[in-house]
Amino acid sequence: MKKIWAWGALLFSLLYFTLPLIGMTNFSLKMRRGEYSFDAYGKVFTDPRFQETFTYSVMQALFTIVFGVLLVVPTAYWVRLKLPRLRPVIEFITLLPLVIPAIVIVFGYIRLYNTSSWLPLTGTVTGTNILLMFGYATLALPYMYRAVDTGLRTIDVATLTEAAQSLGAGWATILAKIILPNVLVAVLSGAFLTFAIVIGEFTMAALLNRPAFGPYMQLLGANRAYEPAALAVIAFGITWGCLGLIQLVSRFQKSAPPKA
Amino acid sequence: MSSAKPDASPPARRLPLHWLGIVPFAAFVTLFLILPTMKIVVGAFQTPDGSFTLDNIRGLFTPSILAAYWISIKISIASALLGCLIGFAMASAIVFGGLPKGIRGPLLTFSGVASNFAGVPLAFAFLATLGPVGILTVFLRSNFGFDLRMLGFNLLSFWGLTITYLFFQIPLMILIITPALDGLKREWREAAEILGATGPQYWRMVAFPILLPSLLGTLALLFANAFGAVATAIALTGSSLSIVPILLFAQIRGDVLGNPHLGYALAFGMIVVTGIANAIYIWLRARSERWLK
Repeated sequence: MKKIWAWGALLFSLLYFTLPLIGMTNFSLKMRRGEYSFDAYGKVFTDPRFQETFTYSVMQALFTIVFGVLLVVPTAYWVRLKLPRLRPVIEFITLLPLVIPAIVIVFGYIRLYNTSSWLPLTGTVTGTNILLMFGYATLALPYMYRAVDTGLRTIDVATLTEAAQSLGAGWATILAKIILPNVLVAVLSGAFLTFAIVIGEFTMAALLNRPAFGPYMQLLGANRAYEPAALAVIAFGITWGCLGLIQLVSRFQKSAPPKA
Repeated sequence: MSSAKPDASPPARRLPLHWLGIVPFAAFVTLFLILPTMKIVVGAFQTPDGSFTLDNIRGLFTPSILAAYWISIKISIASALLGCLIGFAMASAIVFGGLPKGIRGPLLTFSGVASNFAGVPLAFAFLATLGPVGILTVFLRSNFGFDLRMLGFNLLSFWGLTITYLFFQIPLMILIITPALDGLKREWREAAEILGATGPQYWRMVAFPILLPSLLGTLALLFANAFGAVATAIALTGSSLSIVPILLFAQIRGDVLGNPHLGYALAFGMIVVTGIANAIYIWLRARSERWLK
């Protein structure tokens, strides 16, 4: 009896979750009339706009990850080591991007950093790119901070720091050679998630008018029939790849015994 | 402070400079999270020349904007409720349902992927499935003579959007509620059974009250999650369905409301709605953590 509804729930979810995936895959292969072909994928991959926007988003993602790591790792480390009382406050702040919709944040950027403001970031292409990168870093902050903070929990930050200091290491050395390698798995998890978020992000890139992958997909969706399905398959593959990599790297973490 | 002589105090009590370590973080968060949000909040209460006014907020209470908020809230509530219900059913199926052990891992991994598979591609996937020439639409029409369109189903509608949002809502629910279900101790069930409780009684009087805070909390989180979703809605409907995020998007792009400060008020309204939902989530999660240790 119990098993029946459990299998029922599983079957229902299997249908609900696989049908759209089958639908988009099927649709993406049907560009040529009457037979399956990879024409839609060929069209997408040879489209110079695809190459441009995809490269742009990958670059944005990489910069965001580097910036996010440089911002979050020292902060999370410092808060754990010296300012433990501030931890709830910092944690609350890092969760704010989940509360404030991205569209509101980018609306604020546009008003705050326009050409007539004190910091006219949107006035130049480079400035807008940097602003967009900061926006992505903000969106990824909740995930990045939580990942790194959880990673730091498994190591004895104070002892490691004292040991390094007594051997004559400076702060930069401690961070780069002691802390970062110890939380590398957590950092990588955060990085892959950041990558998955940035690569398909639409709202911020569209409103800041940057040629990113998200707006390109949306534009193609409004004008074409089969290519969008191919893009959806590609995007799903990327998300799957990023999350798969997180699973893979967190396997390594399990071999190390966690410490309270 | 300034009267303290450096050599008079013991060497251990140096000037407190610890806070310097979080200056970069504080500066970043202030510039790119707090200030932009404040700009919107303050702008919602300002006239174009900068004086205080409530006119913008009052401007929200016009039929078209109220209708946009209403349909947004309806979609968010529907997808959150259904997401909670179905997600709960699935999570309890894998935790208690006696399914093979091998299913749990892949299902949780898939949930991680699906809960992140939002935005433009998700819309494409559903268009290819339930759209006018989607696989399911065509299949039902040619095999069963079942025309979804004739039955009044339209993907670009309240139900269409709700069904699409469920694709990331259900997995999110599964990810959040599975640990909570794991936290239900076997002893509680045994204690209830020894005292003569039946299965439904155990669920109604023991398990459900313990889970209630996390259930309601996740409901609030799913609500906020759907309410802020912009990309899926735009890619799915273009601008044919007037929900708040789409309206705000159009307003930022081209001032469709004809009043920039009404745009601020619209965004402020979004912060208020998601803020309330998240406050409920945080409050309830703190309460549920007392039990699930």
